Amino acid sequence: MFFRGVAAFSVLASIVFGLACSGQPVGTGDTAGDGQVSIQGSGSTFVQPLMVKWASEYGKLNTNIKIDYQSTGSGAGIKAIQNQTAAFGASDAAMTDAELADAKGGEIVHIPVVLGAVVLTYNLPGVTQPLKLSPEVVSDIYLGKIKNWNDERLAKENPGVTLPDTAILPVYRADGSGTSFILTDFLSKTVPEFKEKIGATKNPQLPAGVGIGGKGNEGVMGQVKQNPNAIGYVELTFAKANNLPTALVRNKAGNYIEANSDTVSKAAAGSIATMPDDLRFELTNAEGAEAYPISGTVYALVYKNQTDAAKGKALVDFLWWAVNEGEKYVVDLHYAPLPKELVAKVEAKLSSVASAGNPLKK
Amino acid sequence: MGRLGDSIFKNALIAAAFVIVAIVVSMIVKMVWSSLPTLSAYGVGFLTGSEWIPARNVFGALPFIYGTVVSSVLALLIAVPISLGIAIFLVEQAPRKIAAPIAFMVELLAAIPSVVYGLWGIFVLAPFVRDHLGKLLADYLGFLPFFQGRLTGIGMLTGGLILAVMITPIITAVIRDVLEAVPVTQREAALALGATKWEMTVIVLGNAASGIAGAIVLGLGRALGETMAVTMVIGNSPQISASLFEPAYTIASVLAANFADATEELYLSALIEMGLVLFLVTFAVNALAKLLVMRVGGKGGAK
Repeated sequence: MFFRGVAAFSVLASIVFGLACSGQPVGTGDTAGDGQVSIQGSGSTFVQPLMVKWASEYGKLNTNIKIDYQSTGSGAGIKAIQNQTAAFGASDAAMTDAELADAKGGEIVHIPVVLGAVVLTYNLPGVTQPLKLSPEVVSDIYLGKIKNWNDERLAKENPGVTLPDTAILPVYRADGSGTSFILTDFLSKTVPEFKEKIGATKNPQLPAGVGIGGKGNEGVMGQVKQNPNAIGYVELTFAKANNLPTALVRNKAGNYIEANSDTVSKAAAGSIATMPDDLRFELTNAEGAEAYPISGTVYALVYKNQTDAAKGKALVDFLWWAVNEGEKYVVDLHYAPLPKELVAKVEAKLSSVASAGNPLKK
Repeated sequence: MGRLGDSIFKNALIAAAFVIVAIVVSMIVKMVWSSLPTLSAYGVGFLTGSEWIPARNVFGALPFIYGTVVSSVLALLIAVPISLGIAIFLVEQAPRKIAAPIAFMVELLAAIPSVVYGLWGIFVLAPFVRDHLGKLLADYLGFLPFFQGRLTGIGMLTGGLILAVMITPIITAVIRDVLEAVPVTQREAALALGATKWEMTVIVLGNAASGIAGAIVLGLGRALGETMAVTMVIGNSPQISASLFEPAYTIASVLAANFADATEELYLSALIEMGLVLFLVTFAVNALAKLLVMRVGGKGGAK
């Protein structure tokens, strides 16, 4: 009895203690004996299927390195790297200046690892041709101004398609999300009214009474699948996996473009010239006749100064591999590879990562 | 050794009990501390504001408080009569052969994980509400503001229904225990005086009233804090609308959906303050339930 009481007490005490000490860097991976290195990443749910594939393939090539990826959401990935609770973070949106200033381990470099598309997917029984949508129409659907599928503005863009006389049910992301940011960033760049009323944000707030919110890509997908006449936005992979149609979206050059690996890579190629040195760029509404306009990047967020040389080197090597050999796994999973020019910029960034002043990539 | 052992034992127990108090207090202190930025910036306006636009640092929690309270009350309105019926049937009427399997089924309902309820909600309940129940309500009661507007199957009504299913087991179980605690002598006395079974049940219910109230409040406490299943069917739109067909949002849902991704200090603080509101409400509700249940045990009469 007595010992049981003490045991129970010590368990409780350790829980309380654990709570009190949260915020301490824990579990960023460790260097055990035999040259075994484990690296922990955390963040973007969008890149999770690819990270799992990369981790497993890279693990086969380098049996002493173990990569763990937790899909916690882009915001959580940023928090994890700020508080040094992960070796790298992953985010669908670049960190803001304010977020960078809060990083506890010094300067953070942005390493684009893969590209992706946000698509508008819909559930319209009987409509077989892909819909064509302009940014103005998408904006007005989400602002609640276009209420019916047979609205004349939709009909004008889709001649020959018989649209039903039913109310549109817009579905959005209820949780803070890089997916929302990419879409609202695109609409803010193209439609002044959208910029004024909602703006580019991870947490868009639609006018009251417009649409329903789902949690995560899966949540939005589920609502669109379950509700005839619904329209929602998800990452391309999720629409493909669920066999739902995706709309062709009008790009900057005025063409209606389907989202696929090729058109997303073209959006990145069209943005190379205007890319800032820190690689914090947006791919939305990119130049190029065949560029898909709602494209985005997933960044790995890495401290420029790595405290542990062995772990830092393993991390840099892994990311280097990911943007080169690793790109062959990208297309099958409906992501898009980085264009060659961008890979060169990424390699230069990776070369700048150092430990105690010594570059880790030689 | 014996005496020494006893005193160590006693102190260890005191320490263990104190740990619980310390956890509760530290949670409150931590939440108040972390929500200071919004507490000082918005004050009472945080609770009364009806707009929630994190991108512009506009934080009004009223739609979430409304959604939480209304969905829970709706759940109670549906769950209480059903639970009361089941419990009375099990204690007063059912032959043992039927009572045992029904009681088992009710307990089974309580063991189903929340996310499974949510999936069932999306794939079964929401289409049922959209195609049948909602249509029926709109056709016959459509003159009421509660049953107007667009029917998508996702919204307050479905949220309330799923909560009702989830809280029925706990309310039933507690009411059953309370009814069983009413002394058999009271029933025998009533029957001996010539009362019918109905009249006897009314007397038993009268004596168990405060315990039943406790059961209801316990169910309310569970409904207020339920997260996963509600998030999946309520539509997650922060608005205040009289229509039960419209989507709504609860405090627990907005916390679950947004906490991991909130990086800005003010936004995080707003979410934590909302957690504090929910904590205080459920705390008060549970305390009330405990008091009511304790009272029925205290005045049970001869046992």
